[in-house]
Amino acid sequence: MERPKEEKEYSFNDSKKINRRLLLGSVAASAVIALVKTTTGQFVPAAVAKPASAPPDPTKVQGPPPGAVGTRSPFEQLAKKTSDTSSRTPLQSLYGTITPSDLHFERHHGGVPVIDPTAYKLVIHGMVKKPMTFTLNDLKRFPSVSRIAFLECSGNFRSGKQEMTPQEICGLTSQSEWTGVMLSTLFREVGASPKATWFLAEGSDAAVMTRSIPMGKGWNDAMIAYGQNGEALRPQQGYPARLFLPGWEGNTNVKWIRRIEVSDQPFMTREETSKYTENIKDGKIRQFSFDMDARSIITFPAYPVQLDKGWVEIKGLAWSGRGKILRVEVSVDAGKKWYPATLQEPVLDKAHTRFRFLWKWNGNETEIMSRAIDETGYTQPTLQQLIDARGTDMGGYHLNPITAWIIKRDGSVLFKPEKWK
Amino acid sequence: MLLLFLAALYIASCKGRQEDEMIVYNKNSAALSKIDSATETKIITEMPATFGIGRKATNAEIKAWDIDVRPDGKGLPYGSGNATEGKVIFTQKCAACHGKEGEGGAYARLVGAMGDTVKAKTIGNYWPWSTTLFDYIRRTMPYNMPGSLKDDEVYSLTAYLLYRNKIIDSTKNMDAKSLPKVVMPARQYYVDDDRRGGPEIR
Repeated sequence: MERPKEEKEYSFNDSKKINRRLLLGSVAASAVIALVKTTTGQFVPAAVAKPASAPPDPTKVQGPPPGAVGTRSPFEQLAKKTSDTSSRTPLQSLYGTITPSDLHFERHHGGVPVIDPTAYKLVIHGMVKKPMTFTLNDLKRFPSVSRIAFLECSGNFRSGKQEMTPQEICGLTSQSEWTGVMLSTLFREVGASPKATWFLAEGSDAAVMTRSIPMGKGWNDAMIAYGQNGEALRPQQGYPARLFLPGWEGNTNVKWIRRIEVSDQPFMTREETSKYTENIKDGKIRQFSFDMDARSIITFPAYPVQLDKGWVEIKGLAWSGRGKILRVEVSVDAGKKWYPATLQEPVLDKAHTRFRFLWKWNGNETEIMSRAIDETGYTQPTLQQLIDARGTDMGGYHLNPITAWIIKRDGSVLFKPEKWK
Repeated sequence: MLLLFLAALYIASCKGRQEDEMIVYNKNSAALSKIDSATETKIITEMPATFGIGRKATNAEIKAWDIDVRPDGKGLPYGSGNATEGKVIFTQKCAACHGKEGEGGAYARLVGAMGDTVKAKTIGNYWPWSTTLFDYIRRTMPYNMPGSLKDDEVYSLTAYLLYRNKIIDSTKNMDAKSLPKVVMPARQYYVDDDRRGGPEIR
């Protein structure tokens, strides 16, 4: 069911008009593929490489006039990787730190609801002086804030085979500029009780998904976001309004938020008990693991890139839910020696941070990897360190191990999966 | 005379009303006077506590949406049900996804008592609070008709699943009083997050 939809979204049939104008000249399909290859780090599956073509000389034909809505180049084949439960951001195909909104990862528990913004309302009640209802327009009338921050699903680690892309390993993280009203502003408006310790956030999807959140986070930096990268939230990210909790596991950032109940205890909803909890040592189950620990991944070179001998700019992303990235270190000899990478300024709090590292590859087989260090002094662990801390029965949430890429003599780059069970 | 007096009173009441004031918020304002005499604009250096935006929520709209159930039982509605009734409903509305008796199918296995050899995380070996069952079933099940179950049906299904996980017996009635008293076997294993950042890996 998912696949035809994906094909439809990215097929050229959707933009026939523009294409007809673009397809003025014709170029052999192989040339098109070669062109796509030159954009470093891009992976275009053969099946998707449709014969988009450019005129032999673009200076000799008039191009299309200005349009009402811009389009991605037909030579760029960006897509999320979908499964029944989620779709993943193509980290290896992106530049900088902002995730284009249509490529933001998705994880829903009752599908994507369609909500009429004129009928939307947010109810805040419980331990408040005055229970209140806010329309979307009301929310937009309050003082607003914008903030660039990542959002990551806490179940964001896949392993198991060498032929895996960054997108497949940890594509459940994305970054946007979020705009909205601080939840503290709304808490003051309703007169939230100083005795309250938790609040329930509830979405208006078919799962009516709920999470309990400590009031401290609500007063501190929680936001009711209605903007994403300069426009209204995408439906897949909670249109028309969502809870945004910088640095906290994705699931707590309740989308399509309709209700907040202020309380003096957690509600123990299904998503904070039977899900989003993890086994640790001695049979214990860890609960309310909100913060996303520091992590990084090299997104180039990575599978399925074919590497050429000589100078390589190693590129990747690092982030921490506990603050700023202080340092990223890169090893090009399987972890024997570590060197500091260059961080792209400005380095933002709880945000994807781009790192780069120049390396001249001599053609010998080796392993390259990165590790993030955040401002709390936390260093991204190896999988073995996580096993040592949590035991072999450790659950699949909050796994942020150092990710290694094997570079073969023939230039092929493979993920190095490690087993723990 | 009386008219004049009333008019004066009206003007006085208007002057005293906040919504008629011109106010600007400027936290960096160096103005000594908090009132700009030329324009009669008040300057404040702290954000107002409230903005007067939004309206009071009605009891009806809160009631329509306030469906959550807390571990102490707050939020549980009137009604009751037991495992025998629950089994009938389960067969009709749940078995297609969760297996004939909750042993799992296209979707999650629900049954597996603590100590069984079942590897899946189940209600019996993993869920820490009995009230979560009622809350979750009522708000989102069955998958093809979420939120369609009557409260008695939810109590019955909750009872059936607790019974199948060997937590209560088949005749025990579940209602607003008895359900919160059911202690789940896994609860004792739950601990709060102990990760704190810093050098230690947890």
